[in-house]
Amino acid sequence: MVILFAVFLLTLLVLTAVAIVRTENLFVAVMLTGIFSLLMAANFFVLDAADVALTEAAIGAGITTVLFLGALALTAEHEKSVSAGRWLSMGVVIVTTLVLIYATFDKPRLGDPQAPVHLHVAPWYLDKTPEIIGIPNVVTAVLGSFRGYDTLGELFVVFTAFIGVLFILSGRRGRHLPSNGRASSSTDQGLGHHLIPKVVGRLLIPFIVLFGFYVQFHGEYGPGGGFQAGAIVAAGIILYALLEGETQALKVVPPPALMGMVVGGAVLYGAVGIAGIVLGGNFLDYSVLADNPVTGQQIGILIIELGVGIAVCGALLSIFHAFAAREPS
Amino acid sequence: MELLGLYNYWAFAVVLMTGLYAVITKGNLIKKLIGLSIFQSAVFLLYITMNKVDGGTAPIVQKGVTDQVFSNPLPQVLILTAIVVGISTTALGLAIVVRIKESYGTIEEHEIQNLDRDS
Repeated sequence: MVILFAVFLLTLLVLTAVAIVRTENLFVAVMLTGIFSLLMAANFFVLDAADVALTEAAIGAGITTVLFLGALALTAEHEKSVSAGRWLSMGVVIVTTLVLIYATFDKPRLGDPQAPVHLHVAPWYLDKTPEIIGIPNVVTAVLGSFRGYDTLGELFVVFTAFIGVLFILSGRRGRHLPSNGRASSSTDQGLGHHLIPKVVGRLLIPFIVLFGFYVQFHGEYGPGGGFQAGAIVAAGIILYALLEGETQALKVVPPPALMGMVVGGAVLYGAVGIAGIVLGGNFLDYSVLADNPVTGQQIGILIIELGVGIAVCGALLSIFHAFAAREPS
Repeated sequence: MELLGLYNYWAFAVVLMTGLYAVITKGNLIKKLIGLSIFQSAVFLLYITMNKVDGGTAPIVQKGVTDQVFSNPLPQVLILTAIVVGISTTALGLAIVVRIKESYGTIEEHEIQNLDRDS
């Protein structure tokens, strides 16, 4: 039964991908991308990856769609069709697909417990997490503690992208201040004049933010963690910005606060690592943070997840504001 | 039924190549970025497919339950962070596209190349 459902979801996924590529209206393509991400999240959930499903639903279906729409508003809504080289590339793509499908016959079947990927280090993590870290969610334990260096690196990739976007999009056409009499532009007005989005949105926003905090602080016990929570809280505030206007949202969370969040979150993560060295352990070794090594691990993961959540939320909001504050050329 | 166990990989192959097709044939820069994120999602699907174990559940250990089979947590950790990095790189790409539009007045690849050639 589950496999039939999975086949149904995957078929829909393939059809959506083809539809995205075929349509020449970019607005339609972006909307279909949101559906694509939601289907992908459902697939991840069927495949037992609850944490990844939550991340894909919050980031893929939520924030990516908004960013693409922001970019469309500044560029063009229709693409011009190009016919040169179409059949050649179609041929190359079909041949490569067939080669890839031929190669899959050597793969282990879905769910095979004897597949090589399950026989190496994965059982060790599943066995030792309750003993060494003492938290139920193995994904959070591996993310925060065993592979803490990797997560720190990923956070700095987000940080670098945030700096990059601000560098590229700030400048002469940058921020328009509310005092210079241009409050009539569409980004300042928001959707406030539409009654239904306004009422429903105002009802939803507190719950979205509350759910974000739940995902943040419950990430050790259930699916969730800093990356998801940061994206969910950012999505709530972006919804607020869409309803009440860009200027109003910047009053709630001003740009200096956003900068502080991104830098502060990254520094908080690094500081936990340094604290490990100061207390006599290795960089990002949380065992020395408390008298009991297991408690130390839990404190360390809680703090670094908080740092990740704050930094991701700040970075995504800053990127959104960078697009929204720009005047169409 | 045996071959149905490979359906995930086939869907991966088709979605991957759909994304690649958009990247190589479409001239519109935003469409290229959409293709790139489809390509990226297909890779996520490949990794998450490999983490599934028959009869398993999400790797969240429950107290007092000892005979539960868990799916592999490692691919999940890799992909969780990869999704967040993916949105960051997409945002950077979109920012560059917006600047190209402001400088050239178009985001179609062949028109940009023509403008470069004329100048």
